[in-house]
Amino acid sequence: MTIQTLEPILAEHPFFKGLSQEDIALLTGCASNVVFKAGEVIRREGDAANEFYVIRQGKVALEIYTPERGQLMLQTVGAGEIFGWSWLIPPYQWRFDARAVELTRALALDGQCLRNKFEANPRLGYELLKRVAHVFAERLLATRLQLLDVYGNRS
Amino acid sequence: MVIAPEKQFINSPTDPMLPQPYRIERVRRETHDVFTLELRPANGTPVMQFAPGQFNMLYVFGTGESAISISGDPNDTNRLIHTVRAVGTVTNAMQKLKRGDCIGVRGPFGTPWPIVEAEGSDVVIVTGGIGLAPLRPVIYHVLANREKYGRFALLFGARSPRDLLFARELEQWRGHFDFNVEVTLDTASSDWRGNVGVVTTLIPRTQFDARHTVAMICGPEVMMRFTVQELMKRGLTTDQIFVTMERNMKCAVGFCGHCQYGPHFVCKDGPVFPFDRIAGLFGKREI
Repeated sequence: MTIQTLEPILAEHPFFKGLSQEDIALLTGCASNVVFKAGEVIRREGDAANEFYVIRQGKVALEIYTPERGQLMLQTVGAGEIFGWSWLIPPYQWRFDARAVELTRALALDGQCLRNKFEANPRLGYELLKRVAHVFAERLLATRLQLLDVYGNRS
Repeated sequence: MVIAPEKQFINSPTDPMLPQPYRIERVRRETHDVFTLELRPANGTPVMQFAPGQFNMLYVFGTGESAISISGDPNDTNRLIHTVRAVGTVTNAMQKLKRGDCIGVRGPFGTPWPIVEAEGSDVVIVTGGIGLAPLRPVIYHVLANREKYGRFALLFGARSPRDLLFARELEQWRGHFDFNVEVTLDTASSDWRGNVGVVTTLIPRTQFDARHTVAMICGPEVMMRFTVQELMKRGLTTDQIFVTMERNMKCAVGFCGHCQYGPHFVCKDGPVFPFDRIAGLFGKREI
């Protein structure tokens, strides 16, 4: 059995699209393959945020627990998307729970490893930050639309 | 790709101001505030023909009229079907009607969805809440003529699991191997296995050929605004996007002016508009 490197998998993922082979090779050094079973809790609110995930297949729910309403799903993310950005922002703790809704295959990127590489290679760090900022902006827009409760009864 | 507004639509009731009596054959409760009425002519005349996207004025005798989209199968010659959300005086009175009661029907009125122009193209329906009702006839039509269309996707957003319209049919449609049905909710408890998030988030995940796609959108205006933006990010142009507008309709034939929308009357020039016809008005305040 041949061992396949994660480089081509990373290069094919939409989040990393267009990065040079050299950059992909650098990032691959921080990546590992992970699989989560349906229903498996990946991270809980308050856990140390040492990584972020790029989803290859499956679906992950970002959730929050409220005493009044129980466990609530705030958002789902799927193949081609990423989740977890607390590794970028001190105090590096997960703000929400993450749970696999279905069998999910992903790559986990080690946050500490990435931060070290970005300190040494600010160009790549800036490039990645722009991509994460784009995801931030899209999620913020979606959240604001959710807050509008557009399907609620207006009468 | 240029799509002309469809001209061949049914819009010729004998006397458009005279309600025809229809008998309620069945009332189906869809969600906590949405119900469906199955109607048949009370005077033995044939059931009216309509094109997907058209609407009727339904008259609750002694209360008033309301413009309601036709939500049934355009090929069904036995029943006329309307799905209604109880939100005002007339629709609240309407939901109290029972099997055997009589209701007045004027119509059909308005422009239809471009189902003929969309032949040969991928069809993407983006809708939310009660907005699925006026698009259900399109779904029936495309599924009945599947070979005439390319990829077919329904992206549907709802508030919560209890607000899922046509839940049983959504399950059936998901069973079609050539119909991509994606449902997303604004909020859900952890036993929900579908998507959570606004309907626009489903667009980047959906496969279609932007050069050969017709998109049909129905929902609250703010949802349609962001949906148009997301579709255009994917490469669609304004003439490939169709939206249905909602305004206060009274006469339904373009006389009274209640539903004026810039230079258009929604009842007569709409409710379905190619987006390029109204792009300059869309999102403009106080129109």
